[in-house]
Amino acid sequence: MAAVTPLLETCGLSRSFGGLRAVDRVDFTLQPGEIRAIIGPNGAGKTTFVSLVCGRLPPSGGKVIFDGEDITGLPAHRRVRKGIAYTFQITSIFGKLTVFDNVALSVQQALLSGGGLATASLRRGVMDALERTGLAGRAHETAGNLPYGHQRLLEVAMGLALKPRLLILDEPTQGLSDGEIEGFVTLVRRIAEDATVLLIEHNMPLVMELAWTITVFERGRILAEGTPSEIRRNRIVQDAYLGAVADA
Amino acid sequence: MTAPIVRNDRPMAAIMLHVIVIVVLVALQFVLPDYHRAVFSRVLVLAVFAMGYNLLFGYTGLLSLGHAMFFCAGLYGAGMTMSLLGWNAPAGFAAGLACGAVLALVIGLLALRTTGVAFMIVTLMFAQVLYLTILYFNEYTGGDQGFSLRRAARQLGPIDLTDPTTRYFAALILFAAALAVTHMIVRSPRGRVLVAIRENEDRVRMLGYDVFAAKLAAVVLSGVLCAAAGATYAILFGYVGATFATIQYSILPLLWVLLGGAATALGPLFGTLFMYYVVDITSNYTTAYLLFVGVALILLVLYFPKGVLGTVRERWLPWLP
Repeated sequence: MAAVTPLLETCGLSRSFGGLRAVDRVDFTLQPGEIRAIIGPNGAGKTTFVSLVCGRLPPSGGKVIFDGEDITGLPAHRRVRKGIAYTFQITSIFGKLTVFDNVALSVQQALLSGGGLATASLRRGVMDALERTGLAGRAHETAGNLPYGHQRLLEVAMGLALKPRLLILDEPTQGLSDGEIEGFVTLVRRIAEDATVLLIEHNMPLVMELAWTITVFERGRILAEGTPSEIRRNRIVQDAYLGAVADA
Repeated sequence: MTAPIVRNDRPMAAIMLHVIVIVVLVALQFVLPDYHRAVFSRVLVLAVFAMGYNLLFGYTGLLSLGHAMFFCAGLYGAGMTMSLLGWNAPAGFAAGLACGAVLALVIGLLALRTTGVAFMIVTLMFAQVLYLTILYFNEYTGGDQGFSLRRAARQLGPIDLTDPTTRYFAALILFAAALAVTHMIVRSPRGRVLVAIRENEDRVRMLGYDVFAAKLAAVVLSGVLCAAAGATYAILFGYVGATFATIQYSILPLLWVLLGGAATALGPLFGTLFMYYVVDITSNYTTAYLLFVGVALILLVLYFPKGVLGTVRERWLPWLP
């Protein structure tokens, strides 16, 4: 890799739940601007790993370095303000608020911590994120009444509206139809034009199509890392994961 | 309940409704017989107590069982400075607010380390501590007998706050101010964050908000509103007593708010008024008046699960503040 400062780096990052080492001394590096996918069987520690990165869980050991700065001790909300956005695996929108208000919560956070909050810039920020996700026409609907696929998109819109430098998408296409997934690929590509994307995903064709680099997790460790074609050819990965999926 | 901050609502309609309610309350002063005018004065002050509670419970989703302590912070903060130190009414009122703010800040810092049931129990215990403290220092607080404020202290320059008409309007001014403050808070961007915390705290944190700080602000604002009600109560009605620190006065605002409708602007007034009259009327006939309160509550839970105004908003008037 070139001598650019990595956007995200973890050194010996670990997390145990009781006796179980869900994430076990992981050294991970993410370059600015890439689309990275994390794959691995259920229980491999993928979600735990990104939870450590975004601060939802405190690590048992190791360090998280974001843009050259050690953020291991920072609470989650401070990390978000530094530019790490996390979209939830289980749709986690504010069901009783309107679509507009859901996204407004993201936009105003950036505006409030930046000092001023003008209604016009709030509106512009919200509509921008909604247009990018194709939800502009539904701005005034109650979020909880949206069809499931749109709720997933809203989840992404809320992440986008934070204008993150690193957007972590935790199984974003879970439960989406094929048509919706296609639209999603285009969306992620567009997001990646000005942000780094870290994607946890089970949908293999999607991962192969989108990711520049794939990191394979197994039992809390990184099993392999490489381009999609390298991963596809990797024997160990085939045995541990891809094969298992094909058989299933 | 529909969130009160939806974009396509009608803010002008909401403000108009508030204005109409206040105009009606002004008119009632001239119409009501003396007895009911006195009841309304009391209810308006207690409704502010309920509105303070509603800010924390209805909008932020934090269920406290110790709000009597904030009411009492205002009640005793105003009452004791006026009776023991000879402060005048405005200074006493300010002292009441200050006591409420400081108490809420300290209680918030400690109690917000817990959530859910633990938060209810911790607030309940702190309120008990305050109650026992009031009894312990009975030399100064009058214990459970309480004390009365001299008529001479309850003056505002040339204005006599013990006069029924003045008292009614003073209570109404407090109520209108509380309504305006609540309206501004819940419709502000930061108010939107409070509602979002009620809906999904974890998500709010992951949008970059300091949830603890936002909740603490809500506790302090709620505590100050309740203290304003307490301080006004002491000044207008001239009685300060430990009854107001009992658990009953922590449960009442919860009932008033549930009855009127949590997270509605006028629900607290409605709930307080309704409950006050149920108790008032039934206790004329029987000592078992709590039975009627219970029946009323059961009916409400069955037919108006979101409180009267909450259900009205859900079924018929989605713009209702």
